[in-house]
Amino acid sequence: MEINRHYFDTVIIGSGLAGCRAAIECINHGTVGVLSKLYPTRSHSTAAQGGIGAALGNEEEDSPEWHTYDTVKGSDFLGDQDAIEIMCYDAIPTIIELEHMGVPFSRTPEGKIAQRRFGGHTKEFGKAPVRRACYSADRTGHAVLFALYEQCQLKGVRFFQEFEVLDIVIENNAVQGVIAVNIKDGSIHVFESKAVIIASGGYGKIFKVTSNAYASTGECLSMLFRQGLPLEDMEFFQFHPTGLYGLGILITEGARGEGGILINGKGERFMERYAPTIKDLAPRDMVSRAILTEIRQGRGIDGKDYVYLDLRHVDKKILEERLPEITTFCKIYMGIDPSESPIPVVPTAHYAMGGIPTDNDGRVLRDVDGSVVYGLYAAGECACVSVHGANRLGCNSLLDTVVFGRRAGKAASEILKSNTRGRVSKERIQAVSDCINMLKNSTGRETVASVRKDLQSVMMDKCSVFRTEEGLKTVIEEIQKLKERYKEISITDKSKTFNTELLEAIELGHMLTLAEVIACSALQRTESRGAHCREDYPKRDDENWLKHTFAFQTDKGITFKFKPVKITRFKPEERKY
Amino acid sequence: MEKYYTFRIKRYLPDKNPSQRWDEFRIKLNSMERVLDGLIKIKETRDGTLTFRKSCAHGVCGSCAMKINGKNRLACQTLVKDLPELIVIEPLPSLPVIKDLVVDMTLFFEKNDRVLPYLINDEPPPERERIQSPEDQHKILESITCIMCGSCTTSCPVFWADKEYLGPSALLKAYRFLFDTRDRATEQRLEKITGEHGVWRCHSIFNCVEVCPKEIDITKHILKLKRMAVKKGFTGGER
Repeated sequence: MEINRHYFDTVIIGSGLAGCRAAIECINHGTVGVLSKLYPTRSHSTAAQGGIGAALGNEEEDSPEWHTYDTVKGSDFLGDQDAIEIMCYDAIPTIIELEHMGVPFSRTPEGKIAQRRFGGHTKEFGKAPVRRACYSADRTGHAVLFALYEQCQLKGVRFFQEFEVLDIVIENNAVQGVIAVNIKDGSIHVFESKAVIIASGGYGKIFKVTSNAYASTGECLSMLFRQGLPLEDMEFFQFHPTGLYGLGILITEGARGEGGILINGKGERFMERYAPTIKDLAPRDMVSRAILTEIRQGRGIDGKDYVYLDLRHVDKKILEERLPEITTFCKIYMGIDPSESPIPVVPTAHYAMGGIPTDNDGRVLRDVDGSVVYGLYAAGECACVSVHGANRLGCNSLLDTVVFGRRAGKAASEILKSNTRGRVSKERIQAVSDCINMLKNSTGRETVASVRKDLQSVMMDKCSVFRTEEGLKTVIEEIQKLKERYKEISITDKSKTFNTELLEAIELGHMLTLAEVIACSALQRTESRGAHCREDYPKRDDENWLKHTFAFQTDKGITFKFKPVKITRFKPEERKY
Repeated sequence: MEKYYTFRIKRYLPDKNPSQRWDEFRIKLNSMERVLDGLIKIKETRDGTLTFRKSCAHGVCGSCAMKINGKNRLACQTLVKDLPELIVIEPLPSLPVIKDLVVDMTLFFEKNDRVLPYLINDEPPPERERIQSPEDQHKILESITCIMCGSCTTSCPVFWADKEYLGPSALLKAYRFLFDTRDRATEQRLEKITGEHGVWRCHSIFNCVEVCPKEIDITKHILKLKRMAVKKGFTGGER
């Protein structure tokens, strides 16, 4: 077997916002190779629509302290307050820096960065909504990603596009490098490095209806988990309230920020009942539950399983200028014009609050006591700092990627001086190659598509917005069966060239691993907090559960350890809006 | 409403059979489904070797650009109800085919790299954002919506004839920075786009405008570039 070897001081997995921002930091200190399974500007970051949060105060008075409070409260008090404070105070210089890098933000009449309202963002500790989300129409992720990628090009970051990572090699508690396949020709490449930064994004594809791209399958998290490293707070998966009915395509919260309202089958603005102060701009977990409650109680549109997002009263000029993309989506995919007809929406799987546990500088933790894996970093949606706790506020995810992407890059650059170059053993490469051969040579009768479809369905039905012990136990049993079926998978494409069937089979194996972690984490947390809603335990239980869960793979199956939440300024209080 | 559609797909499987062929698949789709849904259905149920790129599935990432019934489009943004029962699918034209509908886009991206595709401003940055009026931001508004799917450049007859031609996408990228009030590399960039294979090669054929999935009037932007080049005295190259 021919192996292509590469050496970079830092290897970054993923070329979305977190990966590109980290790369810009690292390139000043050594060589950087960025691996992406897509072409770089096609990362899922590009789909982020509504905004990136920072208390710039460009449109009205604001402060990073209010932003911190909102984020802590939004997280249902599970976010670590030291990390949240870093993010919200760093937000201002971070946005200014992005603007200097060329991000084409929408502007106020005076030429400053324009800002709009977003769910859960308020002034004076919850009094009223505030304009905090900086945006570039409804293509904010696209605008920021392009600017970051362009700066990477300017600085000479080397991109390996359409390379899929097959293994992240950790030996003797230190990262050694990464094994990847060049999708174009099937060749195996080994990247040895001093530091590895994982910025591989989310894994919404585990669910049937999701706003996530096909590429968001989460294999990097699973690769660490299978090596005995923990995953943190995996029970918390955010459903975005306004996915386009039947498709899951996102309709940005910015639509409600610009005045859109949700209405049920009786024509009522139902959010008034659930969050009287900020109504349709309540955090996503609350709005998602409210919508599904309306539907369950028979108040969906015409008794069906969706509600309307109504933008008909919003000035047509605002729709054209600030929400052009979603207007187009509605026209193309639903055949409706949002200025004339309300949009049918339903919650869609959107964002993973849980992930690879890290400290505030992106160092990957290997236990609850703060010990780290030497040379290994993670940032962005794949990581859990944790700034989002049990529920992420809208426009904080882009902020998270850039702030902690930069911090991870900075920390990784520091280690370059002392760390030695990693070595990837022949055995590890052989194991990857064996796995590929096994999948290629399997003669079983299962297909990737059928196992994946069943996994996505059971996760959607029993492990999404509402959960119960019985349902979760069913999910875990089903996943065991699916794992058995996975062993019988065979693929028809045996070729080396652009073998997407093989890659999908590998991804599916990792999706099964992650789904089990999510379901087991959800089963053990016997309370309702943020996005994790247990109907059999409807109350938040601070006495027993004000703590992070760390899931570990052991011989006895998945086991849990716990880490206290870092509380600095804001004591937990009842979450009312 | 469900209906049968015939997908006639140009195939190229280099490991198996290095010659191209056409395959037909008859599949049932409902009218609101996309061409991409059809391709996925075929891959999942009929032929696992069928290969195409995909990711976001709602027209923002640009992965699934291909030729559908003679026109470059995004498979995720084209509903089958808007097409006849026979749907003919080919890879984007004029780039080397890697496999089936997957083309090698190296040449396409290299062209973008040639126009200095990044904001250049070496002046010490102010403490806050650089002020840019909404009117000035509007000048680049259309150009920043480009998703680099490659539909425009690969539909351009000039590019078919001259592989060195920068092409609509790269020129649009140049526009995006040349008309950004914050950029300071006007001369450098004009130098890059006014050579023999640059902006003067555009003959306003409008194929790029016709196929752009983001409805960007690329030709209009290229015209503005020409005007700027003349104004600044960059009249060299073939005109």
